[in-house]
Amino acid sequence: MIVTFRNVWKTYGRDVVLERLNLEVQAGEFITIVGASGCGKTTFLRMLLGEETASRGDMLLEGAPMPSEPGPDRGVVFQKYSVFPHLNALDNVLVAEEFARARLTGRLFGRVRQRARAKALEMLEAVGLTHAVKKYPHELSGGMQQRLAIAQALMKNPKILLLDEPFGALDPGIRRDMHALILDLWRRRRLTIFMVTHDLKEGFYLGTRLLVFDKVRHDPQAPNAYGANITYDIPVGRVEPEVLEEIRDQTGLPVAGEAGFRG
Amino acid sequence: MKRLVNQHPPRTIGYLLGLLPFVLLLLAYVAASAARLAENPNDPLLPSLGTMFETFWRLATEPSRRTGELVLWVDTAASLTRLALGVGISMLMGLVVGILAGLIPYAGRTLSPLITAVAMIPPLAVLPILFITFGVGELAKVVLIVFGIAPFIIRDVQQRVEELPTEQLIKAQTLGASSWLIVLRVVLPQVFPRLLDATRLALGAAWLFLIASEAIAATEGLGYRIFLVRRFMDMATILPYVVWITLLAFLFDLLLRLANRWLFPWYGGRR
Repeated sequence: MIVTFRNVWKTYGRDVVLERLNLEVQAGEFITIVGASGCGKTTFLRMLLGEETASRGDMLLEGAPMPSEPGPDRGVVFQKYSVFPHLNALDNVLVAEEFARARLTGRLFGRVRQRARAKALEMLEAVGLTHAVKKYPHELSGGMQQRLAIAQALMKNPKILLLDEPFGALDPGIRRDMHALILDLWRRRRLTIFMVTHDLKEGFYLGTRLLVFDKVRHDPQAPNAYGANITYDIPVGRVEPEVLEEIRDQTGLPVAGEAGFRG
Repeated sequence: MKRLVNQHPPRTIGYLLGLLPFVLLLLAYVAASAARLAENPNDPLLPSLGTMFETFWRLATEPSRRTGELVLWVDTAASLTRLALGVGISMLMGLVVGILAGLIPYAGRTLSPLITAVAMIPPLAVLPILFITFGVGELAKVVLIVFGIAPFIIRDVQQRVEELPTEQLIKAQTLGASSWLIVLRVVLPQVFPRLLDATRLALGAAWLFLIASEAIAATEGLGYRIFLVRRFMDMATILPYVVWITLLAFLFDLLLRLANRWLFPWYGGRR
C-alpha cells in the first residue's frame, strides 16, 4: 500500500470536516476525487500534502507515518500559482534540481548544471513545452502554465502526485489535451495520482478509481457537527449510468457532456 | 460631443498640456520678479533668472573665497553620501527583517509589534535623542533617515512576502527546497522589485529627514546651505538649490524605475 488512512478524523475546534476515513491505495492507481464544495476533498488533499495533520487516526505513506510538512516525495499541481513567476520555463523546472543539489547557493554551475539542464529540457519536452523554454509564465497560456507545473512536479519522481482541480480554469478543448497528457504521463511513468475535480465526467473518464466525498450524517441545527466521509469508492472501468445519476444527485455536480464517458 | 470622461488628448497635446503649468508658473515668476526689480534693483526676494543662474554657476565652478572649495559639489557630495548611506542601510534592513518577519512565523510574531510601534514614532521627535546619543556628526543624520524610512520599507517587504501565494511556498517544498533555499530562490527575487518600489516611495521622506537634520547641525550639505543663506534672504542661492534638489530626487526616482524594468522583466507583465 502506498497510502493508508486508518480511521482518520479532521476537526477544527468543534467543526468536523472529515470523519472515520478509511482508505487504502496501491501504487499505480489514478484516483479521482469529487464532492460538493465544502465536503473536505481539498482538506483531504492538503492532508496528503502534509499541509494539514490528522486530528485522529493514522495516515501512512508506504507504511511510515505521513510526514507533517510538504516534501519531495509528494508532488503537487494547484489550479493556479503553481509556477514561479520570476523564472522562465526552463528555470522553473531546473530549480527543482538546484534545490536538491545546491543546498547552500541554490544554483548549479558547470557540468553539473549542463546535466541538470538536459534533464529539465527532457521534462519540458515530455509535457510539450519545447518551444517555450525561454518564456516567463505570464507569457504562457493557462494550459501551458499547467503543463509547466506538471513538468516541475515530475522532476522529483514523487511517490504520489496530487492534482488540485488542475484543469478547472481551462477551456474545454485545452482540458481535453491536458487529459490526454496526464493519462499518457501516468501510464508511461507509472505514477500514483490523486486528483480533485469539480467535473464529474473528468472524474469518471480519467482515473482508475473514483472517490466521492460527502456527509453521511446531517444535523440541520449544527451543519458542521458531522464530517464528510467517502460515500462511493468505485473502480472507474465499471460504472453503471444509474450510479453516475445517483452521485450527481448526491453531490449536485454537473456532468459536462453527458454521453461519452468511458463506462 | 463625447462626455468629458471619454475625451483623451492626443499624444503631443498631452505632453504640451503637462508642460503648460510649468511654463505658466515660470512666466508668473518672471513677471513678478521683473515688477519688483523695477522698483528696487537690489531686492533679494525675487531675483531674476539671470541672477539665479549666475549665482548657481559661481557656486558650481568658482572655489569659495573662504574655504577654496566648490561649494555646490561639496554640498551635493555630503548630502548624497548621507542619503545613500541612510537609504542603503534601510533597504538592507527592509530585506532582512521584512523577509524574516514575513516568512518565518516565529520571527513574525516577535518582530511585527515592534516594527509597528517604531513606525508610529515621529522621526523628527527623536532627532534630539539622536544628536545627544550619536553627536552632531554624520552618524546621527544617517540614523535619522534610517529611523524615518526603514520601518516603512520593512513593512512593505513583509507585506509582499505575506502576499506570496501559499501555493508557491508549498510547491517549492515539494521540490525539495529548505527554508533557506525558499528565501534565496523564491522569496528574495520576487521581493526585490517591490523593495525598489518601496524605496522609491520612501525617497521623498528620506530627503525630508536629510534636509531637516542638515538644517539643525552640519557644516556642509544642500540642506545646510539653504538654511545658512536664509539669514541673508539669499533667494538667488536658495531657489536654484531647491531646483537642484528636485532634479536629483527626480533622477533617483527615474533610475529606480528603470532598474526595475531592466532587472525584472517578469515584474510588470505579471500584473
